[in-house]
Amino acid sequence: MSVRGLRKRYGQFEAVAGIDLEVGRGEIFAFLGPNGAGKTTTVEILEGFRTRTSGEVSVLGIDPGHGDAAWRNRVGAVLQESNAEPGLTVRESLQLYSGYYRQPRDIDETIALVGLEEKAETLGQQLSGGQRRRLDVALALIGDPELIFLDEPTTGFDPSARRTAWQVIDGLRELGKTVFLTTHYMDEAEQLADRIAVIAGGRIVAEGTPTTLGGRHSMAATIRFTLPAGIPSDELPPELQALRAGEDGHVTLTSDMPLATVGAIANWASGRGIDLPDLDVRRPTLEEVYLELTRSAP
Amino acid sequence: MILLIRWLRRRRRARLGESPTTTTAQTTAAARGPLMLTLHQARYDLLAILRNRQARFFTLILPLLFLIIFVGVFGNHVVGPGSMKASAYYVPGIAALGVIAASFVNLVISITAQRESGVLKRRRATPVPAWVLIAGRTLTAVTISLVVLAVLLAVGRAAYGVSLPTSTLPGIALTAVVGSITFCVLGYALSTAIKNEDAAQPMTQAIMLPLYFISGVFIVNTNLPSWLRHVASVFPVEHLSDGLHNAYRPAVKGVGIVWTDIGVLAIWFAIGLAVALFRFTWLPKAADA
Repeated sequence: MSVRGLRKRYGQFEAVAGIDLEVGRGEIFAFLGPNGAGKTTTVEILEGFRTRTSGEVSVLGIDPGHGDAAWRNRVGAVLQESNAEPGLTVRESLQLYSGYYRQPRDIDETIALVGLEEKAETLGQQLSGGQRRRLDVALALIGDPELIFLDEPTTGFDPSARRTAWQVIDGLRELGKTVFLTTHYMDEAEQLADRIAVIAGGRIVAEGTPTTLGGRHSMAATIRFTLPAGIPSDELPPELQALRAGEDGHVTLTSDMPLATVGAIANWASGRGIDLPDLDVRRPTLEEVYLELTRSAP
Repeated sequence: MILLIRWLRRRRRARLGESPTTTTAQTTAAARGPLMLTLHQARYDLLAILRNRQARFFTLILPLLFLIIFVGVFGNHVVGPGSMKASAYYVPGIAALGVIAASFVNLVISITAQRESGVLKRRRATPVPAWVLIAGRTLTAVTISLVVLAVLLAVGRAAYGVSLPTSTLPGIALTAVVGSITFCVLGYALSTAIKNEDAAQPMTQAIMLPLYFISGVFIVNTNLPSWLRHVASVFPVEHLSDGLHNAYRPAVKGVGIVWTDIGVLAIWFAIGLAVALFRFTWLPKAADA
C-alpha cells in the first residue's frame, strides 16, 4: 500500500492535509492519533468509501476509488460502526458473507479463529460488544483477504475483551495478512504493530517502530531520588546540578547518558556514606512521546 | 397463519442445515453467477425478516386483522355500481395493503436500520455487486407479498366465501408482482429522505394511511367525492388496489389485467428508480452530519 500527498477537504476544513504512507506486505501497521485527527477519513479513502481531494493512493496496486469486485475479494474491512447482521446467527452471517466471495475460508475454522465456537448458533445481536467485534473480524476474514483494515477495533472495550481482541489480531500476523489498524490507544499500537504512524491535525507527525517512534530511543531519561534529611540538594556536585530539572521534595535530573549520570550519583553518595533507596531511572513511555507529539497539533 | 410461518421457518432451517459447508470454490453463490448470488441474498434477507417480530406483526398479522375487522363491520353491505358484496370488495383492498406492508413499509424500515447501523456499508466492503443486494432484497419483498396475498385471498374464500374466478388469477398475480416491485423501489427512494430508524415507521404510516383511506383500501372509493378520487388516482396505492379489485368484479372477462393500472404503477416505478439512483447511499447518514 502506498499513499502520496493525500488530501481531503470538506469545505474550508482540511481533514487530511497531505499524508505519505508506505505499508509493506505482511506488516501490521498502526495508524495512531486522537479522535478527529483524520484517521477514519484516511481509512475510508483507502477502503474506497470516500473520494479524495488530491494525492495518489494505491492499495494492492489498485486505486481504491476504482476498486472492483476482484479488488474487494482481496481486501477485508472491520468498520468502526457496524452492527451485527440483524436476525442472523454467527454461523448464518458467515454463510451469507462467504457466498459473496469466490474463494472464502472455511466457516468453522474462521469461527474458531476468533474464538466464537460457543456462540456459533447465537444471534449476532445477542452477542456482547467484544464478541460482536470478533464476529466483525470473522466477517472481514471470511473472504481470505490479503489486506485487512481494522478501524478502532477495541474502542469501548473492557480490559479483558481488549486482550482477547488483541490475541485475535495477533493471530492475523501468523496468517501472513497485512493489517492496517487505526487506534487512539498507544498501548494497542505498541502491543500489536510492527510500525506506527502518528497522525494529528490531518498530518503525520511521527513514524517509526514502537521503540523508535518520535526519537524515543534517543530521548533523555529521567532520574529521580530523595536525599536523606539534613543533606540539601546544593551539596550535589556541579556536573549533577547542571542536569537538575526540578525539585518537589525529590531531586529530578534529566540525562542523555543515564549510565554515566547514575555512576556520578553513586560515586558522590558512597563518598558521603549515604544510600538513595528510591533511586529511579525512567525512559519516556510511548504514551508520553505520543502526548508530546499530538499536543502541538491543532 | 402462525403455523404457515413456522412451517416456512422450519423448511428454511432444514434447507440451511442441508448445506452447512458451502465454502469450496466451485459452490459459493458468487462463483455460480449473479443470479444465484441474488437468490443467496434473498434467502438470508427472508430468514432475517421472518425472525423479526415487528416485521411479522406488521406484514402478516396486521393485514389479517384489518380484513377481519372491515369484513366483520361492513361485510354484508352492498357496494359499487356492480352491486357486489362489501366482503368481496375488502378482500382485494386489504390484499393491496398487505402487498404494500410487505414491500414498502417493511423495506423502508429495514433498509434505514441497516444503513444507519453500518450493515449496508459492511456488505459494500465485500465484492457483492450493489444491484445484487437490491435485487435480493426486492425478491424477498415480492415473495413475502405473494405469501401475504395468498393468505388473505385464502382466508377471504374460506371464512367469507369470497371466491376468486380462476380466470383472473394471472391478473391478480401480475398486478401484485408489479405493485410489489414498484413499492420496493419507492421504498428505496423514500429511505433516502429518512435520517434514522426511529423515523421510518411513523413516516411510512403518515404517507400510507391517508392513501389507504382514499384508494379503496379502507373505504369503498365509489362513496368518495370525485375530487378526492382524482387525487387518489395520481398515487400508486389506488392503482394497485384497483388492479386487485378488478379481478373480483363479476363483470370482468378475460385474465383481469388492467393495463392502465399497470402503466401508472410503471410510471411510479420509474420515478422511484430515478430518485433512488440519484440519492440512495450505503453509508450511514448520521456519520455525514
